[in-house]
Amino acid sequence: MTGYILNRILIGFATLLLASIVVFGVMEVLPGDPAQIMLGMSGSPEALASLRTQMGLDEPLLWRYLHWAGGLLMGDFGRSYTYSSPVADLIRERLIVSLPLALMSLVLSTIIALPVGIFAAARRGRLPDTLSMGTAQLGIAIPNFWFALLLIYLFAVWLQWLPAGGFPGWSGGIWNGIKSLILPAIALALPQAAILARVTRSALLDVLGEDYIRTARAKGLPRGRVLRRHALRNAMIPVLTILGLQFAFLLAGTIIIENVFYLPGLGRLIFQAITQRDLIVVEGVVMLLVASVIVVNILVDLAYAVVDPRLRESA
Amino acid sequence: MSLLEIEKLTLSIGNLPILEGIDLALEKGEVMGVVGESGSGKSMTALTLMQLLPYGAKTGGRLSFDGKDILHATEAEMLALRGDDIGMVFQEPMTALNPVKTIGEQVAEGIRWHTKASRADAEARAARMLDRVGLPQSKFPLTRYPHQLSGGQRQRVVIAIACALKPKLLVADEPTTALDVVLQKQILDLLRDLVDEQGMGLLLISHDLAVVAEMADRITIMRYGKVIDSGETSAVLKAKAHPYTAQLAEASAHVPVNRRSISPSVLTGNIEPATAAQSSSNLEHSAAAQAAKERLPAKAGSRTKRDATLPPLLTVQSVTRDYAGRRTGLFSREKSFRAVDDVSFTVRSGQSVALVGRSGCGKSTLARMILALDRPSSGSITFDGHRLETSRDADLRDARRNMQVVFQDPYGSFNPRHRVERLIAEPLHLLQTKPSRDERRDMVGKALDQVGLSPADMDKYPHEFSGGQRQRLSIARAIITRPKLIVADEPVSALDVSIRAQVLDLFAELNERLGVAYLFITHDLTVARAITDDVMVMHDGRIVESGETGAILDHPQSDAAKALVAAAPDLNRALAARAGRISAVR
Amino acid sequence: MSTLPAQTTAPSQSFLHMALGNRSFVVGAFITLVIAGMALLSFIWTPYPVTELSVLNKMKGLSAEHLFGTDHFGRDIFSMIMVGARASIAVAILAVGIGIIIGVPLGCYAAASGGWVDETLMRVNDLVFAFPALLSAIMITAIFGPGATNAIIAIGIFNIPVFARVARAGALSIWPREFILAARASGKNKVLITIEHILPNIVSLLLVQGTIQFALGILAEAGLSYLGLGTQPPMPSWGRMLFDAQTRMMSAPHLAIFPGLAIVITVLGLNLLGDGARDILDPRLRRVR
Repeated sequence: MTGYILNRILIGFATLLLASIVVFGVMEVLPGDPAQIMLGMSGSPEALASLRTQMGLDEPLLWRYLHWAGGLLMGDFGRSYTYSSPVADLIRERLIVSLPLALMSLVLSTIIALPVGIFAAARRGRLPDTLSMGTAQLGIAIPNFWFALLLIYLFAVWLQWLPAGGFPGWSGGIWNGIKSLILPAIALALPQAAILARVTRSALLDVLGEDYIRTARAKGLPRGRVLRRHALRNAMIPVLTILGLQFAFLLAGTIIIENVFYLPGLGRLIFQAITQRDLIVVEGVVMLLVASVIVVNILVDLAYAVVDPRLRESA
Repeated sequence: MSLLEIEKLTLSIGNLPILEGIDLALEKGEVMGVVGESGSGKSMTALTLMQLLPYGAKTGGRLSFDGKDILHATEAEMLALRGDDIGMVFQEPMTALNPVKTIGEQVAEGIRWHTKASRADAEARAARMLDRVGLPQSKFPLTRYPHQLSGGQRQRVVIAIACALKPKLLVADEPTTALDVVLQKQILDLLRDLVDEQGMGLLLISHDLAVVAEMADRITIMRYGKVIDSGETSAVLKAKAHPYTAQLAEASAHVPVNRRSISPSVLTGNIEPATAAQSSSNLEHSAAAQAAKERLPAKAGSRTKRDATLPPLLTVQSVTRDYAGRRTGLFSREKSFRAVDDVSFTVRSGQSVALVGRSGCGKSTLARMILALDRPSSGSITFDGHRLETSRDADLRDARRNMQVVFQDPYGSFNPRHRVERLIAEPLHLLQTKPSRDERRDMVGKALDQVGLSPADMDKYPHEFSGGQRQRLSIARAIITRPKLIVADEPVSALDVSIRAQVLDLFAELNERLGVAYLFITHDLTVARAITDDVMVMHDGRIVESGETGAILDHPQSDAAKALVAAAPDLNRALAARAGRISAVR
Repeated sequence: MSTLPAQTTAPSQSFLHMALGNRSFVVGAFITLVIAGMALLSFIWTPYPVTELSVLNKMKGLSAEHLFGTDHFGRDIFSMIMVGARASIAVAILAVGIGIIIGVPLGCYAAASGGWVDETLMRVNDLVFAFPALLSAIMITAIFGPGATNAIIAIGIFNIPVFARVARAGALSIWPREFILAARASGKNKVLITIEHILPNIVSLLLVQGTIQFALGILAEAGLSYLGLGTQPPMPSWGRMLFDAQTRMMSAPHLAIFPGLAIVITVLGLNLLGDGARDILDPRLRRVR
């Protein structure tokens, strides 16, 4: 078991290392001088030279990489040119929007999807199954930013229950903050929930066709108990896989959704940084997102081991 | 009143009729054998009894168990019966247990559900039951998971689950089909003991007449959803009143016609002293060969002479194959595993040799190395003058042309997306000059003709053929390059008995007509006896005994061979034993 | 007796028959054909030219002349949706093409080689998966400049590991089969075996994945265009239309409804097509039903 965990963590670190090289490399091979790009056409030669020194562009490549990567490990993400403040601070003040948003939509999609998927599998081929899976099929097809527009129109413009966008901050009361995150969270959660419900259903149906389910039924256990005691845990493995993958989708989804709702979160930060060519911010946020995907994948691998004794033992 | 009474039972799934009027009765404490080939409906009968049928199933007729009308029972009534009064054992022990629950949980679960016992009581009872089926707590605690057990051990757990509450009826659906003969015997013995001890009725479902003949008081023979023949076991099998019964009985002790004339005594001397000496590291082996020689001194017959004068076609010398352990982490590996351990033997032109052994003994690994699909870790393999283990793939063409293969699974051995012509012609890739399209069709047609199929079949797809016909296709593919050696890995074990006999006949005929040598890999001694001159017994990667087939099978010397022979189901022996038991009782 | 393994997919002689009996497939195929037909038709005919601005007609509601109304430049929404289908389909198809052309050989190669080659390719795959796809697409288009070509490349890159994985998993399940051993015993090398035996048997898997990625591609293109990074004006695109609609939603909600519906219907059609195809092609799933 410890071997398995250690193995996963080592692979995670290796992937992170490679990712940092890729991110750094991509920024490095970009056409043109990063400092020039950041300043745009307006920059004077003096400004360019001082920016180059500030960015360390006069140093050798390897040294710059080590300096940058070492800084990341220490939590030093560098200094934003456009905001002229440390990237770490920028990330911190944006995370308090993005993290609650991501968590809310993850929780929302899970608590919708799992019961629906289980229910549909238990009533396979009957009306509840057909209805819920039809809805899921539709849910997958709806682009989240369009769904967001519909939600704004319905709840903000027409019913005027919730704000159409913007974020008042947490200082004005937790409820005010949450209120402005409800619509974005629903918009993000819907397609995820639809996918997750379908995966849950098909994973359960796969398991319900297994021989050991027949063995359990031959013991005289009723269907519901067989489903709960024998099928669910085995069906969790593909569900966990999808949950892990969805986390990455969710992070990407925040970029668009935060733009729709004008939320000052990480997604909007990186989008603006990209359009303003603030490469240091881009690098930092990308690395943070990649690292969080890797951490989530390690957690999913650990969850596998909790579910499946065969993995627990393979070390 | 009988324990189980089935009258005019019909079953259809969708619009497909499965059972068409089954009659069957089972008394308390009686063993009823249900025999039939695939598609006969025997498993569906069992699932009907348990009311575990798939969606869309419709039943008719009458089925009463212990006075209860099963076909009209509510689900709640069935829940009370299943696992308590009726236990069931399935075919596939590898998949019949939930991989994420301990064996203790799985055995205790039914006990707790039916008796409302506390967890501790149920577990104590589960422990006793596991102990009874041969999994003592000292070695197999309740906390074991299924993946930590072997196939035979898992089947014992399944039996423990089924018998935990001393059911009145145990239904065993092909309980040993997935196991090798030695395990089969152990499981059958266990079932018999449990039936005797607990006074259960046993409904034993099997495709193997010999297995059923050994176990059952009465048998029912099914085909195409109907009962063909039924009655007291030895009476049915002696009278052979129905032609299908006769056919099944003949097929399960089948010896191809053209081999019957050659009596075992003239078929000796194929194992040369040199062969024995090569593996002299194994004392048991040379002693066995010596013993075989002494028993059978006569050396007559044209076959023997031909064999003795020919140089060896295949020479396997001190071959060992180690597999690196599975990687368990970035830096850790499991211990490496020696699948084949210092094996040496020779096969001559036209000789038919069986390699027998239990599952996992290394026989298939050995076969793959002979086919140059895998390389030995050490040792050498020489075929028809070519060193196989050192050659590069491109240099193996000559050897491959003279050596073909027939696999076990008639469904898996063909690419489902190609037509027969292309499938059979695949080995022609090995010819130096590519045949023209007409030549190719001609050769494929001839090969099809030789295996008893029509040349017109070459435009069909493999799924249009039955299992037996597909195995004929495999053989056609194997002979199209006129090879000198065919390696056949369990070529008939996936086939129904009646078809098995026909395919064995074909093998024997081709051996005579084309003079091709065979290396038959099998766990089934009747197959070895039917078509091979010599046999090698493999155990834990080593050849522990070899010699003339009849001699070894009649008088095995090594423990491994003895176990195999003793465990092999044998219809005639079973009937003789049954007659003895009955007369003793009288 | 069920010792025999499940029969593998039969060749396609009855495919059409089964396809016509599968509701998902028929509906999906119908929707897909209609959308594709609309896109093709737009090359020769649209109700109104989409490049012509007509301020007099701006922000019209639904009417007989303008089926779906007009936008803030007075362009006909229906015509724009027809032309917008082109960009969506072209970007998604080419992105899937990139994924298949590069991913499938990689996956097959990994499966055939095994060992460290396989290990390395799969680690690289993991690496790509660690980058949220849309984020990287945004980066690529933002850095190399917005536009359809860069959108295709950006979406295509993230299709590569998807197809590599599917191809590898499919190929790995075929390799141990006995007909592959028979082909090896017939002296065929790995390349030949992959072409003759592996590919024909994983084509159905790839087709199904292809429709899924196609649908995801349409969603991704819409997302990029919405952010202004995909297809550039004046060429209409569904995502861009939604962006333009957002600020005018109070007064003209129909601007947002129709492009959104176009996306939903197209993606739904493709997903239904994929589901149907999987049911028809995968006998294991067919049996479950």
